[in-house]
Amino acid sequence: MLAAVLILLMGIVRLGSGMAAPLSAASHISLSPWNLPLYAGESLLRIVIAFLFSLVFAIAYGYAAAKTRLGQRLLVPLLDILQSVPVLGFLSATVAFFAGLFPGSTVGLEIASVFAIFTAQAWNMAFSFYHTEMTLSRDLQEASQVYRLGRWQRLWYLELPSSAISLILNSMMSFGGSWFFLAASENVTYAGRSYLLPGVGSYMAVAEQRGDVGAMVAAVFVMIVLIVAVDQIFWRPVVAWSQRFKMEQTRSLDEPSSFVLTILQRSVLVSLLERKVLRPTLEAALATLSRPRRRRRTQRLGQGTLGSFAGLVAVAVLTWAAFAGAHLLHGIDLAVVLHVFWLGILTFLRVAAAVLLGALWAVPAGVYIGLSPRVSSWAQPVAQIAASFPANMLFPVVVAILLRLHTGLNIGAVPLMMLGTQWYILFNVMAGTIAIPSDLKEAARVFGLRGGLRWRQLILPAIFPSLVTGGVTAAGGAWNASIVAEVASWGGRQVTAQGVGAYITLATAHGRFGEILLGIAVMSLLVVATNRLIWRPLYRLAETKYHID
Amino acid sequence: MPEPLISLQGVHKVYEMPGGATGTVLEAIDLEVREGEILAILGPSGSGKSTLLRIIAGLAAPSRGTVRYRSGVVGQGVALVFQSFALFPWMTVQENVEIGLRAQGLTTKERERKALQVIDMIGLDGFEGAYPKELSGGMRQRVGFARSLVVDPDVLLMDEPFSALDVLTAENLRRDLLDLWIERRIPTKAIIIVTHSIEEAVYLADRAVILSRDPARIAAQVPITLQHWREREDHRFVQLVDQIYGLLTRRETHPAQQSGRRVQTVPPVRSGALSGLLELLEDQDERVDLYWLGEELSLDVEDFLPIVEAAELLGLAKVAEGDIELTEEGRNYADASLLRRKEIFRDQALERCPALQNMVHLLRQKSNGRMNREFFVDILERSVGADEAERQVDTLVDWGRYSELFAYDQESRQLYIETEAAEETAPTA
Repeated sequence: MLAAVLILLMGIVRLGSGMAAPLSAASHISLSPWNLPLYAGESLLRIVIAFLFSLVFAIAYGYAAAKTRLGQRLLVPLLDILQSVPVLGFLSATVAFFAGLFPGSTVGLEIASVFAIFTAQAWNMAFSFYHTEMTLSRDLQEASQVYRLGRWQRLWYLELPSSAISLILNSMMSFGGSWFFLAASENVTYAGRSYLLPGVGSYMAVAEQRGDVGAMVAAVFVMIVLIVAVDQIFWRPVVAWSQRFKMEQTRSLDEPSSFVLTILQRSVLVSLLERKVLRPTLEAALATLSRPRRRRRTQRLGQGTLGSFAGLVAVAVLTWAAFAGAHLLHGIDLAVVLHVFWLGILTFLRVAAAVLLGALWAVPAGVYIGLSPRVSSWAQPVAQIAASFPANMLFPVVVAILLRLHTGLNIGAVPLMMLGTQWYILFNVMAGTIAIPSDLKEAARVFGLRGGLRWRQLILPAIFPSLVTGGVTAAGGAWNASIVAEVASWGGRQVTAQGVGAYITLATAHGRFGEILLGIAVMSLLVVATNRLIWRPLYRLAETKYHID
Repeated sequence: MPEPLISLQGVHKVYEMPGGATGTVLEAIDLEVREGEILAILGPSGSGKSTLLRIIAGLAAPSRGTVRYRSGVVGQGVALVFQSFALFPWMTVQENVEIGLRAQGLTTKERERKALQVIDMIGLDGFEGAYPKELSGGMRQRVGFARSLVVDPDVLLMDEPFSALDVLTAENLRRDLLDLWIERRIPTKAIIIVTHSIEEAVYLADRAVILSRDPARIAAQVPITLQHWREREDHRFVQLVDQIYGLLTRRETHPAQQSGRRVQTVPPVRSGALSGLLELLEDQDERVDLYWLGEELSLDVEDFLPIVEAAELLGLAKVAEGDIELTEEGRNYADASLLRRKEIFRDQALERCPALQNMVHLLRQKSNGRMNREFFVDILERSVGADEAERQVDTLVDWGRYSELFAYDQESRQLYIETEAAEETAPTA
């Protein structure tokens, strides 16, 4: 499966290599602060468009994976692999590919950027929808069947509402995580050229190139405002609204609330629009779509031919991609492969160091915050924003400091990785601590558990599952970050670290496709291997031994 | 005589189990649902009552046999009321009621008119805009009824509709339903109710169908000809309840049993519950009426019968004609100290429970005295299926642990014979 995905990637990269040549110069970025809101708007638009694609994709993919036999066997493992491929690695190649499709305009660049963000968002959303499809309430399924809901009606009245909470939660995480990719995709160096798309990410990049501190501060500020605004104006209302989709039959006391949602709900105009226009149209559409036709027969026939057709196409594409890729890999021998593996191990050590060092401060801090309701009320949103903030925007600044301290990037890449990923650990540990049942805490107090004993017997076991989740997310982020963290420049000076991330970045800068491919393959392999060998056993332990009902 | 609304002929339901084996849930069910009757289906837990109802509803297809509907279309003209209500939590009362009408493609106006009419009839007036979580259990089940009745079903199917409600609410709802039925205020032509309450069946139904277990066959059909409204104190009522109770607790010594299963299964009862029953019986020190005992413990037949079965299996109590009494060993057990009890339990179990005997035998044969739990599950799976195998092993492990025949390590999921030495070296993680 992994091989198939890699072969397909080869094909895409190959396609990109053929189309790379004709491209106009990058757009001009003005550092005037008055342009910043406009740039922010453009960045936001990109991320929103990508999100809409991700949402539709997640639902379609999850549905197909759950409802067809082919899906169970092929789509689910495929998703697992796609999740592990460091998308940032072939960002540049896709930029070249899409830019080549639209020579002379920025449309290609825009598509590439949206595509990069999409690949950062879509997979876990698809997983979450697939998961709810597989765990639908049996009673409600039977009720839909007895009362003869059509397929589209089932989707709308049963399946989407059932998945709403988890899909929205995953969407929020994906959305927050994808600012990093937005910043990276607005500023791409490929085959000796750099491409800039108007946006906050490229504004920051240009400001850093010119050493304009004022502009840099303005960009960071605008970025934070953007993240907070999206959270307040969009996600909080959506989360508060989604509480109605809870499966539980009793009302809980503290439900998330949102003032924006309250305003919308009380608005006469909105409710009129909903009752008179949106609802009737939708219901009519669903009823028409679900009207029983000669469904059975066409369906079975359709599935069979569709399945074999898709199979044929897949085989054809894979064959072509294998040929294309093999051509690219020409000239790469065993010594090179071993060397890249060695680089991969160096990066692996950095990732491990970043996660461990991050945990070292984030676990005590997270527990401290989680145990105190007063602190966590403000610290939780701050940690969330910090986790969403695209750390790569700050890389050059940190590199400048590192250079002044005479620290090479071989070690310096570790703090760079931590910059973006330690928040995931903090955030999860905090959530885990808050969720410790209060009777357990009280029992610990009654029996006089203190200090080290309290940590070993109560806190660490209780937060273990969240710590694992945080660790997995942080490690995934660190792998991706290695691609931008192992090569850095400040004031015209370029420094590199020894690692597979730097290998991929340099190969991209020089347009050497075989090397890009080899680098991504090695990195994917290492990610999959660590997931299987380290994280999965830990997860199992978390689910069995350290699970609190 | 008019054509029956639904008729089942030779219905079998067989489940495929991992490993290629099959398990029979329903066997040779012949049943006719006639116009104008309320039919109650009774049976021990796990006997396939719900499966039968779902086959009638068209939710599951029979493996063999036929189900014929008067309408000619599978599942048309039926509605189902669920034990768990199965309301969509994100829809208001009215939206929940309208769900069946939406599927029929009615216009918004028609839908609203019909829904409000039924909501009014069922006593939900004023709650149209409420969400299920704002309602009490009784009100929720009223929504369940309204949702079923609004599609004007010929046959109303009910899967233990009152068992998730408290006694008073259930009684209230039963009466309201019966009222609608007797007064002919609903066009429903027949009602089928699956229940584990014998009283409920005798109170509502015109005919009780009693299923046997493993696999379910129709063991008996009891016509109930009392006039509505029926009095629970009426001696004919009490007689019917006793008669059905006797039919349900009768131990089947059917010849077909030998062909079906080879493995003796143990009822899923923890040793603690068993001790409780024996102590209680000791206090009574006479033969006790089983039905009375169940009421006394306020346990459903479903929860209660397995405990009785376990006591019988281990030879600690015996059942005859709906009465239960302690055996010699049972009395000893109830009198004994904690440690002595374990010994009695051990002796009885080793003598009378071959499955446990086998486990101990296998464990003793191993040089290190350890075996994976999975091994025993696998063995049982071939004859009883995956879920049941898990349950069986859980029970057997509980019995084995209680009687100190062997110990179990949750971490490694291994059973092991406890020796002085092994106790010290038993792995902890």
